[in-house]
Amino acid sequence: MNAARILPGVVAVLLFFAGWQAYCAMSGISPLLLPSPVQVLRAFIDILGEAPTWVHLAFTLGETLAGFAIALVFGIALGWVIATFPMLERAIHPFVVASQIVPKVALVPLFVLWFGFGPTSKIVVAAVIAFFPVMTNTLLGLRSVEAGHEDVFGALRANAWQRFRMLQLPSALPAIMAGTEMAMVLATIGAVVGEYLGGSDGLGYFAVATMNAFQTDRLFGIIILLTVMGFLLYAAVAWLRRALLPWHRSVG
Amino acid sequence: MSVAVSCRGVGKVYASRTGDVEALSPVDLEIAAGEFVVLIGPSGCGKTTLLRILGGLQQASAGRMALLPGADGRQSVGFVFQAANLLPWLNVEQNVALPLRLQGRDTAARLARARTLCGQVGLAGFEQRWPRELSGGMQQRAAIARALADDPALLLMDEPFGALDALTRTRMNQELERLWLASGATVVLVTHSITEAVMLADRIVLMSPRPGRVQAIVDVKFPRPRRPALEGSVEFQAIASDLRRLLGEEA
Repeated sequence: MNAARILPGVVAVLLFFAGWQAYCAMSGISPLLLPSPVQVLRAFIDILGEAPTWVHLAFTLGETLAGFAIALVFGIALGWVIATFPMLERAIHPFVVASQIVPKVALVPLFVLWFGFGPTSKIVVAAVIAFFPVMTNTLLGLRSVEAGHEDVFGALRANAWQRFRMLQLPSALPAIMAGTEMAMVLATIGAVVGEYLGGSDGLGYFAVATMNAFQTDRLFGIIILLTVMGFLLYAAVAWLRRALLPWHRSVG
Repeated sequence: MSVAVSCRGVGKVYASRTGDVEALSPVDLEIAAGEFVVLIGPSGCGKTTLLRILGGLQQASAGRMALLPGADGRQSVGFVFQAANLLPWLNVEQNVALPLRLQGRDTAARLARARTLCGQVGLAGFEQRWPRELSGGMQQRAAIARALADDPALLLMDEPFGALDALTRTRMNQELERLWLASGATVVLVTHSITEAVMLADRIVLMSPRPGRVQAIVDVKFPRPRRPALEGSVEFQAIASDLRRLLGEEA
């Protein structure tokens, strides 16, 4: 039954690669423009065997995780502050909207100027891009505490800290985790885009350097590596969500 | 007999755009310790407002309200709402144990107490389930167990069985009477149902709307425990039709 369910997908993917291979073989297209799947696979295996690849991967991974962590801490903290002190929301609102409307990629040169060509500027880009969904989802989650649950804690004379820890935080957690999933994806994008535009480390830089050397098959290999990394990071967060929310209808 | 709840001129006025609305005009009411009092009346009669004031969920805008401590010297209150209001991220026994957790009781002790209560309300075997896996009636049983977890001197219930079907409701009424007799708590229960009121109450406080006020108080002196067959008796029907007449006058 399981096999029957995944079979159409497997067949489609195999057909796609077969078509790609056949097109490269018959059209005579230059491998500099479009390498065949077999060439890409060879280049990918080559890349995995080279030590610098793993150094680049470590940079990108570290920047992504650091940016993600910063976005998580500040996003949850600011979301809570705004939910708790509605006066502040009116003050902060213009800044929050502006920070979302500004194309953050356009800010990358500025971050490079301020934070240099090293990993710091990439961490800042990742954090800035990933921050917003965490904050808005935290705010949404904290605001959606059910009135009936508030009554239960009111009748039991719970104090402010008990309400936060046992009512508000668990109520908001599904929304916070949805924001966290988005933040993981966005932090990966932020780190790679930051590397494209400055510096000499990370898979983003590696991709640009490979493109400049016209090694298109290796560029494809790096893209595959980035995809695998992004997928594993997302899967880790999705797993965490399921572990934290076994009671939620989105799980199971 | 000692007094558990004392209200002197307790009233509630809401400010609204079109002027002040008197939700509850001043109420004088004394409830004896261990008494089962039912508040009944049509929508807008202030019965839920009065109950929420007793439970500390709303502030009265006039009058004095005093809850006297129970036999153990604590002034604890259990509250059962119309909806079960179980926390979906806690399993059944963790929900039942919530009042004890808020008091800082250690995990083993409070879960032991919760399991005992689950057994008493007919939830044995469901302790580890998520609330969403329970039927409406079972969720309300868990809510009652939670309200009893802390051995409250006063149990406040706001139409706890309003969402249940008639058969389940009759059975829950019986079980509530049994739990109440065993606990010795004072109960104030709000209902729309005349049958439920006569079946459960020592005293029925009849309230009427616009403004919400106490219209009449009716004593119900049937011996306990009361059987469902009591509903068919002439005496029961006499009280019920009295109530129906009093409620009808106001409609």
